[in-house]
Amino acid sequence: VTVAQPSTAVRVVANAQLPAVRRHLRRRTRLAAVGFILPVLVFLAVFFVYPIIRSVVLSTQDWRFASFVTGEAPFVGLQNYVTVLTDPIFATVAWHTVVFTVVSLAGQFVLGLALAMFFTRRFPLSATFRSLILLPWLLPIIVSATVWRWMFNQDFGIVNAALGTQIGWLSDPRYALWAVIIANIWLGIPFNMVLLHGGLQGIPESLYEAAALDGAGPWRKFRSITWPLLRPVTAVTLLLGLVYTIKVFDIIWVMTGGGPVNSSHTLATWSYQLSFEDQHELGLGSAAGQLLVVVALVFGLIYIRAQRKEALS
Amino acid sequence: MRARGARRWLDFTVGLVLCAALLFPLYWMVNVSLTQPQDLLSTPPHLFPANPTFAGYAHALDTQLPNLVTSVVIGVGAVVLTLAIALPAAYGMAKLRAPGTGVVMFLFLLAQMIPGIVLVMALFAIYNSLGLLNSYAGLILADSTASVPLAVIVLRAFMTQIPDELLEAATIDGAGRVRSFVSIVVPLSRNAIVTSALFAFLFAWADFLNARSLTTGNSIVPFTLGLYRFIGAQTTDWNSVMATAVLASVPATVLLLIAQRYVAAGVTAGAVKD
Repeated sequence: VTVAQPSTAVRVVANAQLPAVRRHLRRRTRLAAVGFILPVLVFLAVFFVYPIIRSVVLSTQDWRFASFVTGEAPFVGLQNYVTVLTDPIFATVAWHTVVFTVVSLAGQFVLGLALAMFFTRRFPLSATFRSLILLPWLLPIIVSATVWRWMFNQDFGIVNAALGTQIGWLSDPRYALWAVIIANIWLGIPFNMVLLHGGLQGIPESLYEAAALDGAGPWRKFRSITWPLLRPVTAVTLLLGLVYTIKVFDIIWVMTGGGPVNSSHTLATWSYQLSFEDQHELGLGSAAGQLLVVVALVFGLIYIRAQRKEALS
Repeated sequence: MRARGARRWLDFTVGLVLCAALLFPLYWMVNVSLTQPQDLLSTPPHLFPANPTFAGYAHALDTQLPNLVTSVVIGVGAVVLTLAIALPAAYGMAKLRAPGTGVVMFLFLLAQMIPGIVLVMALFAIYNSLGLLNSYAGLILADSTASVPLAVIVLRAFMTQIPDELLEAATIDGAGRVRSFVSIVVPLSRNAIVTSALFAFLFAWADFLNARSLTTGNSIVPFTLGLYRFIGAQTTDWNSVMATAVLASVPATVLLLIAQRYVAAGVTAGAVKD
């Protein structure tokens, strides 16, 4: 990206008058600056800060379908939290969330890293292949979810045809969670590959050459050079991936709707169902949602720290 | 030399196979969209559309075209709103050293971490009081919550590189800050503006959560919601469903083809940059 340089004449004039101009600028700049960032401040306040506060307030209210019409939602204190935490489904849903998140992250990371390492090699069309692999990441998730839903179809799906099985991927409670995990891993590979590929590019080629001279094989090079030097990027990728994965909604909702019999519900889809299905119990849904917020923020703050460290190194 | 050449072609072949394997679901989408409805219910499934039909596309356009138009309207609205908010903000932060810049950037980082489902519950309650449910404005505003942070990050990083002398020279020539912004900063930031606009459009285009939650009934149906209802109806008409999915994939595919380098930049913007 090139930015036009000011001509020499302009610069001479600018230098001569600089002190005066700077003083003049500084006085009025603060005020003008506020004017320029005012819209984004208002937007932040109205669409982030206020909704976050409002969702905490909602979690202490008995907001259900009737409130939709009357606008009235009585304060119930921590009752919603008690209801959510003592719901027999809660433990199941929390466990699903852990399984979904950990297995998705592990799968995306391992496959993303393998691809990123492969694509550091130089061969014809390498860059083109790499950007084509980004395509699934760019498509609307509902499109991918629709395709996976049909591929996992018990009777006519390609997955069962290829495996020679008759598994009810989306209709059998034993498999539904695994089906959405597989689709979610597929969705997350491009993101992991791009971040890790960027990290790999930062490792100097000369280290590998020196290791090769010392007789190091591929595994030794990976263990002693790639893995330790990639660690900061690994940390950032996994933490950000975790923050993104615990809130995954679309893919599960469209593929299974959390079913059958809650077998693929995570905290995200379950709290959404409480809020937007049946009785529209926004209070209960928000209470369950706050648990997600807490987890997201804890790991989010760890991520910000890890990222600062990486930027400094 | 020959061994190296052979290695390059081996790598090429492996790369091709990996790429094909990862994109298989997308091939399958196109394949099914072209398959005759009666062939869809055969086992094993047909791997190629030997006897292709475009009836699925005809039906998809028939039923989903208004929804695609709705999505375009919302996407364009989100682009305009995002740029209107993010451009001046990025200028204020990058060039005028606006007070509170650090706080705003930190809030953006946090905002990207708050689960969308939690925000949308609050937005539902807020919109319900304000009468913003079932409105284009409501959806455009909600969709922009995803694109404004990214746009500010991308634009600010870019504008920081514009030399200060350039703006000081303009001030000496009598240009005010608004004038400098409009005639110097905005034109110079074209690339970053294109990136931000692309992502604002893609985010709004792909949005399902807001569409599903902040609308009721049939007054406003973006294609994501249309597709969801289509498959929810336990349809057997999967070639029309897939034809709709293919049509919905067109903008993302076109954007990837014409703007490859911007896309990779956007993926990493939220994660690696400031």
